[in-house]
Amino acid sequence: MSRVDHAGHAREFLRDEAHRQFHDQRLWELREKRDAQSRAVPEWERLREAASAIKTHTLSQLADYLEQFEAAARANGVTVHWARDGTEHNAIVHRLLAAAGVDTLVKSKSMLMEECELRPFLEARGITVMETDLGERIQQLDKQPPSHVVVPAVHKLRGDVSEVFHHTLGTEAGCEDVPTLARAQREHTRPFYARAQAGMTGANFLVAETGAVVVCTNEGNADLSANVPPLHIVSAGIEKLIPRQADLGLFVRLLSRSALGSPITQYTSHFRAPREGGAMHIVLVDNGRSTRLKQDRFWSSLKCIRCGACMNTCPVYRRSGGLSYGAVYPGPIGAVIDPTFNLHRYSQLPYASTLNGSCTQVCPVKINLHEQIYAWRQVIAEADELPPARRRLMRVLGRTLGDPARFRAAVRIGGALRRRLPRLLLYLPLNTWGRGRELPPMPKETFQEWYRRERGRDKP
Amino acid sequence: MKVALFVPCFINVLYPKVGIATLELLEKLGCEVVVPPDQTCCGQPMATAGCHDDAAAAEALFVDNFAGFEAIIGPSASCVQHIRKHLFAIAQTDAVKHVRAHTFELVEFVHDILAVRDFPWARLDKLIGLHNSCSALRSLDQAATSELPEQRVSKARTLLEGVAGIRFAEPKRPDECCGFGGVFSVFEEAVSVRMGQDKVADHAQAGAELIVSADTSCLMHQQGCAQRQGRSIGFAHIAQVLNGDLS
Repeated sequence: MSRVDHAGHAREFLRDEAHRQFHDQRLWELREKRDAQSRAVPEWERLREAASAIKTHTLSQLADYLEQFEAAARANGVTVHWARDGTEHNAIVHRLLAAAGVDTLVKSKSMLMEECELRPFLEARGITVMETDLGERIQQLDKQPPSHVVVPAVHKLRGDVSEVFHHTLGTEAGCEDVPTLARAQREHTRPFYARAQAGMTGANFLVAETGAVVVCTNEGNADLSANVPPLHIVSAGIEKLIPRQADLGLFVRLLSRSALGSPITQYTSHFRAPREGGAMHIVLVDNGRSTRLKQDRFWSSLKCIRCGACMNTCPVYRRSGGLSYGAVYPGPIGAVIDPTFNLHRYSQLPYASTLNGSCTQVCPVKINLHEQIYAWRQVIAEADELPPARRRLMRVLGRTLGDPARFRAAVRIGGALRRRLPRLLLYLPLNTWGRGRELPPMPKETFQEWYRRERGRDKP
Repeated sequence: MKVALFVPCFINVLYPKVGIATLELLEKLGCEVVVPPDQTCCGQPMATAGCHDDAAAAEALFVDNFAGFEAIIGPSASCVQHIRKHLFAIAQTDAVKHVRAHTFELVEFVHDILAVRDFPWARLDKLIGLHNSCSALRSLDQAATSELPEQRVSKARTLLEGVAGIRFAEPKRPDECCGFGGVFSVFEEAVSVRMGQDKVADHAQAGAELIVSADTSCLMHQQGCAQRQGRSIGFAHIAQVLNGDLS
């Protein structure tokens, strides 16, 4: 697979002024709401410390906690499955659905299912899959992946949704009335809850001591997906564990405040056992996580609770849109996680950052995101995944700056060129800096030349 | 106090006035300033690209030039944070450790170590937009950021308040990154320029006549964006303001 050209996709995204402006402003507002919420909790920074410590502890004894969770879930009457990767996950889910004769499935939002590419897998096997989260449903109807882990259609303007709904649900052309659009979607989707023979949800947290699955939503769609059909299947990454029920409150306090700047999600649902007459299965998925856990510099990315705060604050994400990352996980956390799936394909993503560090400061579990982004660049360069022209540029630059004589010669030649070349030549397309910016001034002498002239040894 | 002046490569070549202002300011504040003649660069450009092998020679040269000094002062938070936090392309000898622990950014040196607050020789009757770089904010902790609840006064602002006549514009997103980011400025040119334009526009709508920063790299980028758009807003390094160059 070829490299994702984030810079190129971002350039495309920026061409449309209305979308760019809305996207930046909408996500900045979430950042500001998050700031207000965090300031209203005096112990905010202590909550972050504690959440980080609990996640670190859990990850350090992950195997034990996983076994504890499995035993508790089994005791509750839940069937637990283990999947090494996406392929195994999809096969397990399909086997369960096929055994129950399922032809229609309702599901709530799950980044893990995106990661495993479950929907196309099931659809290719004749199963109708209905997304029940509104944003995900919009994306499904538009045949696009989610562009954000919490607000999947945030890159779309009202008019875009209107157009998608007009073509797919038959709403009136040009109708931008939100209640009308929402009602049309609801009327279309609701019957599927009754028709579906199975429902799937993801998991925000898995509680080791109780075997409970905790799902946080704002639309209540996970509750309908889990509770209406007779079969409930949960897909969960193995990093979702927390040790005790008592730890949960901390994470619930942090999650929605960080994500949307609201104190809590509308629904925090606890699924512990199958309903009477129903069945409940949990598929625990590794898909690269245990490999990541062994990586010295990157294991702590597994603390992530998928709140999306790093995306909302990222000035690059806000100006390039989630789809520009060409990956399941966009934004700063994506730049850190995606290369573990495919280093070559996602080798440009760690460069889609100014290393400003805002992501690290909003992360509710204190992942040092910008430092990991910095570290990934070293991995990428050492694996020879920098495009050759860039690698050569750095070689030449390194040699020049590492030697005072070469540096002085380069400054002389560069200065002469800069002063003599006409503007037309200076701003050739080769000059990436000059596409949208003027070059800096070229003074007559360098500081060192001035210093020798003014303060040289012969001078008093 | 005897100090060594570290003039980052691009300031040496493109902004000698910033180097001169830093030198003169330190002298005004009573420092004996030495300028090692063979200094080039701290190695950051190659290291931020991930190419630490290519940064090693520049980093070693930096340490050779500055190992003999008790205080190394540079007018660039971004370069100083590289020395302090990322100088790991070379073996961590005693000399390297010494240099990393004794390199200071100009603002923190004047604010924390010299503890100077008044600049009676300087005056600036302007509404300025203060740009704290991300390195100054989130790596060198020179000011509180909007992400954290902590209340802390910006060191750069405290120093600028010691210059008569200065008033501060209040942009809407005072600590949003301006989009320079070293290699980012060319690897991600479109986003970088957009961020620069947005940054300058935010200062302009707040009425700033002059954008002041302790990081010339951010200013170089913002100035390039502003000039291309035909904006008349000015740019100055904080050393130039504190030294009274603009008085």
